[in-house]
Amino acid sequence: MEECNDNISFFKEGLRLDSRRPDELRPIKIEAGVLARADGSCYIEMGGNKVIAAVYGPREVHPRHLQEVTRAIVRYRYNMASFSVEERKRPGPDRRSHEISKVSREALEPVILTSYFPRSVIDVFVEVLQADAGTRTAGINAASVALADAGIPMKSMISACAAGKVGDTLVLDPMKEEDNFGQADMPVAMTPNGDITLLQMDGRFTKDEFSQALEMAMKGCREIYELQRKCLIGKYAQLETEPFLEVQVCD
Amino acid sequence: MTNVISEIRKDYIYNLILKGERADGRTFDEYRDISIQTNLISKAEGSALVKIGSSQVLAGIKMQPGEPYPDAPNRGVIITNAELVPLASPTFEPGPPTEVGIELARVVDRGVRESKAVNLETLCLVPGKQVWIIFIDVHILDNCGNILDASSLGAIAALLTTKVPASKFGLGEDYPLPVNDIPIATTAIEFGDVVMFDPDVDEESIANTRLTVITSVNGSICGMQKSGTGTLRTEQICRIVDVACEKAKEIREKFLEV
Repeated sequence: MEECNDNISFFKEGLRLDSRRPDELRPIKIEAGVLARADGSCYIEMGGNKVIAAVYGPREVHPRHLQEVTRAIVRYRYNMASFSVEERKRPGPDRRSHEISKVSREALEPVILTSYFPRSVIDVFVEVLQADAGTRTAGINAASVALADAGIPMKSMISACAAGKVGDTLVLDPMKEEDNFGQADMPVAMTPNGDITLLQMDGRFTKDEFSQALEMAMKGCREIYELQRKCLIGKYAQLETEPFLEVQVCD
Repeated sequence: MTNVISEIRKDYIYNLILKGERADGRTFDEYRDISIQTNLISKAEGSALVKIGSSQVLAGIKMQPGEPYPDAPNRGVIITNAELVPLASPTFEPGPPTEVGIELARVVDRGVRESKAVNLETLCLVPGKQVWIIFIDVHILDNCGNILDASSLGAIAALLTTKVPASKFGLGEDYPLPVNDIPIATTAIEFGDVVMFDPDVDEESIANTRLTVITSVNGSICGMQKSGTGTLRTEQICRIVDVACEKAKEIREKFLEV
């Protein structure tokens, strides 16, 4: 009986509250190079999420004792704007954002060729301007494009999205309502050839559901990868064909 | 927190100034292009993205009922906060607000407060017990100079689009926040005998002194802030105020387009 009720509240004729299919992503918009001061940057919209990422570096490490002799260190700072959520969030880092910063950094670090830049740091800053479930995956997607935009050598891109469970049905890229009242949420990040670099889960999955959800999330990641690629090609293919005119003398 | 600028760049800018020019071809009183986009953040009660040239600032308004200050039991509360997040500039660092950030927030707050753009008495719900608290949060996204003017513009533009979320708290229907004034901050820097408006980041970093003038709709001045280690002469101040009033009028016209 319960199943039946849940199905009524989260699905209408097999479609979700925002009329998506269970395995459909929310609309995505990606734009690279949106900030003038940063070495690389990216703005992404994934459904109701609006996230901006900037990359600075490789640059000198401060404080100095953090530097590594053989490789660059990577720092990742996930931060939410106080107006990004329903109830105003107190500005500054909290326990949640520390954890997200850590796992997101570890999602990206495997593909960054840090050994090219010993004793330096690559700083990734992610600002969530509007939140609607899935901010960490949106942040990772933006950060990956921003790293490429900054010209940081990488083995590959990283793409991320979540799969979840609501009303006993597996869904891709849960939105706020599904996340709040859902039975499970599982953010995943991976390289285009399927190496998983982030995997978190909360809620309850059976073994079968888990493997299906993972498959679903990976399919979502592949779709996102194509969009990230398209965005970068869109920006840089154009530059290549432009004649090189300006040489700034005074810098 | 200091921007490093090469000696040769400094020299170049200085020599241009002697010729009466600026690196990007503007005149000394000229602003870069200003654009204002509102209501970008649907989770916020009001929001505005302001661009002055490449500088970008996002302001968001959140409102919630809360207790008034004991010395003003019938008045609403405005709390202004600025986040100089490290995404915006290689010289911004994470951590608690710096002097620069606090000054910025306070000058933005002064403009809104002193112009009486928001009538705080109308924000009283139960005298002495419950009033509306307005949080003005300014997020600097890209610091290419003159983020103070951009922040101030963002704050007032966001307030103008603010809907009081009364229904969320069971206090009746939502209604637009009444705004009575449009305070505009205009900032100039000083170099020897020259005064320059809307400094970019390089100009800011070689100037000793900066003066911000905030004017309201009727042309009166409702706030000023001098910062930096240099000095200003009275005739320079008068000139800045004169130009500031004119510029503010031009910029205020932007709001009619929004």
